[in-house]
Amino acid sequence: MTDFLYLIPIALALGALGLGAFLWALRSGQYEDLDGAAERILFDDDDAPTDRRS
Amino acid sequence: MSCCGAAASIDPRQEEQDEILLASRLLADGVRQSDLSVPSIHCGGCIRTIERVLGGLSGVEHARVNLSTKRVTVRWRGAAPPPFLAALKQAGYDAHVDEVGGARRDGTLKELVRALAVAGFAASNIMMFSVAIWAGADPATRDAFHWLSALIALPALAYAGRVFFRSAWRALRHGRTNMDVPISIGVVLAFALSLYETLTHGAHAYFDAATSLLFFLLIGRTLDHVMRERARAAVSGLTRLAARGALVRAPDGTTRYLPVGEIEPGMTVLLAAGERVPVDARVVAGRSELDAALVSGESLPQPVAEGAALQAGTLNLTEPLTLVAVAAAKDSFLAEMTRMMEAAEAGRSRYRRLADRAARLYAPVVHLTALLTGAGWLLATDDLHRAVTVAIAVLIITCPCALGLAVPMAQVVAARRLFERGIMVRDGGALERLAEADHVVFDKTGTLTRGLPQLLDRAALDGRSLALAAALAARSRHPYALALAEAGRAENAQPIDMTAVAEHPGCGLEGRVGATLYRLGRAEWALGTPTAATSDDRAPSVVLSEDGRLLAGFRFADAPRPGAREAVAALASRGMAVEILSGDRAAAVRRLASTLGVPYAAQLSPGDKTARIAALAASGRKVLMVGDGLNDAPALVAAHVSMAPASAADVGRNAADFVFLRESLQAVPQAIDIARRAGRLARQNLLLAVGYNAVAVPVAILGHVTPLLAAIAMSLSSIIVVANALRPGLDRAAPPAAPVGGLAMAEPAAARAR
Repeated sequence: MTDFLYLIPIALALGALGLGAFLWALRSGQYEDLDGAAERILFDDDDAPTDRRS
Repeated sequence: MSCCGAAASIDPRQEEQDEILLASRLLADGVRQSDLSVPSIHCGGCIRTIERVLGGLSGVEHARVNLSTKRVTVRWRGAAPPPFLAALKQAGYDAHVDEVGGARRDGTLKELVRALAVAGFAASNIMMFSVAIWAGADPATRDAFHWLSALIALPALAYAGRVFFRSAWRALRHGRTNMDVPISIGVVLAFALSLYETLTHGAHAYFDAATSLLFFLLIGRTLDHVMRERARAAVSGLTRLAARGALVRAPDGTTRYLPVGEIEPGMTVLLAAGERVPVDARVVAGRSELDAALVSGESLPQPVAEGAALQAGTLNLTEPLTLVAVAAAKDSFLAEMTRMMEAAEAGRSRYRRLADRAARLYAPVVHLTALLTGAGWLLATDDLHRAVTVAIAVLIITCPCALGLAVPMAQVVAARRLFERGIMVRDGGALERLAEADHVVFDKTGTLTRGLPQLLDRAALDGRSLALAAALAARSRHPYALALAEAGRAENAQPIDMTAVAEHPGCGLEGRVGATLYRLGRAEWALGTPTAATSDDRAPSVVLSEDGRLLAGFRFADAPRPGAREAVAALASRGMAVEILSGDRAAAVRRLASTLGVPYAAQLSPGDKTARIAALAASGRKVLMVGDGLNDAPALVAAHVSMAPASAADVGRNAADFVFLRESLQAVPQAIDIARRAGRLARQNLLLAVGYNAVAVPVAILGHVTPLLAAIAMSLSSIIVVANALRPGLDRAAPPAAPVGGLAMAEPAAARAR
């Protein structure tokens, strides 16, 4: 049992990584316009997300 | 926004620019941000076109379309805004300026989603440890896992639980109780007990129950919020109808664009055709016609000349006017309506939502049960630790997890079905109130009718007259002219080349073909013979003359909205009483009321409407008010529940519980059906949740609840409730009339603005 204790921090870290990624995506405005994002992949132009300074 | 007869003194373009500047917000380094609402954005192609068109204007730094909210954010620099609206208009999009404030608005949603993410993370990881414990970990490992769980649970509960703790604290401070009180107590006690168990190396900890409880509840809360927010966004994206500012001429002759709030009595206001009167005012120069449909319910355009008094909110149709303000915005008609609405709001008995009513019964019962259980165990076993453990187990197992999901889930599903039919609902409470309604009151102009006149007896007219009239009418934006032009198109009248077309406000249009003079307008003007003004309905309101000889007469009537007859029949078949309350003339109301076969009352002031609704309410009826005008706004607030079409005045639309975006009035019976089904589902769900408690509580009282059992029971009850709400039974209601993408949001509003 104790041999596998190192798995616990790994599991927690992976979970925290997922949480962090989600919160970052939320903050950077990636959920602002889901319908628009679905359409924009059809364009070839260079496209950057709205910057959230404001 | 250019119009037929723009006077030299008023440049609508300049005015638009001023308005954009007024509504924009200064970011860093001289960059300004404007939000435009463009209701007709609907696909990827639109995104591309709009961003390209706006990005190509000089001074624009950045333009970004948001397809979900149908808005465009533009960053620009310079003293004057680039001509956004004109550029968009050229590209085929009607846009209007919006307040900058998107970020502030969805703050709550962001907080909820973040809390949901944190709770989800904590619940899944703690569950991982719990499964290991349930599988039979040795005491040392179990203690370690409990400690780890506590470490994750403490920050997660503190962060994700804030939503509930805050609301519970607010309720308790005011001596009330809501669903958040038992939730907060349950979560906090579960955590405290588990921490104590961990410290004393106990076998049972409820960290998993506490976090997964919050997770499930946050799902319900977030869904509820998303539903309301979406409705708000869709409604606020519609064309704004109240004036935001007006062009004011100072005594020295300079003109300035001032916000409505700064216009004071005595100021001279220049009003272009196609604009709304900003404050109550008197005409000092010019003749025009005014559309008062939204203000008084009067369906026919009113001619105005020097000296006429105008109410704020009426629409100037044909020619520019010079006005003198007689009241400040805060004393204008619009503000008076707002005050009446507040009075009506205060007089209305406050509706308590189903979930709140359930909570009022539920919380004391649960807390009493837990208390009695604790006392009982203490008396029976004389073991304080054991008694407290069992009492808290009772609290955890009865925590209203399913109850918190039961009602919002049913309502979110209903709101989605309504959305597919182009109906926006303000909140879940409105759905519950709509399900109770048993008496429907309709406004006439703009609600039962389209608010736009249509040509009568088209078949009886000869083709040449219609073609001539349509050719003249195409040059004007008067509602009658629009109707004639439309009739001409519908009959495929062949286009006639008119020269020297001129519009005489209050009289009509004239033009020439060769040397022949044609006039379209009032009989006494077109024929050159002064006739006594008659109030006879059958007299043509507009005539066409050829060199002073009568060619044809045209009559108009406000056409019923599509689906009006069917909607009234559908309401009657559901056993609901229907009546019309209108501010329009009795003759016009009678004609419509008799075709629909419903009782009516005409020439009512806003106060009369409210009084009638109050009287109905006093006699125990639950009134659904459907109306669109400014004069309906107090009645919309006074009614038990209210609906407004998308073309309604801002104030009315904001006051209404439901807004329907499609033309058809069928939306009313459809909404009622969906609301009733949602009510049934919500009740079933509550029953399921209570049934779960009836089974689980005795087990808990007897002290047999382990953390494993609590986790299973709680998840199971939540899943059952959600599954019941998602049951496809609602689909058997009338199928949606058109796909979601085809929401006819822009049309009615645009028709009004013309």
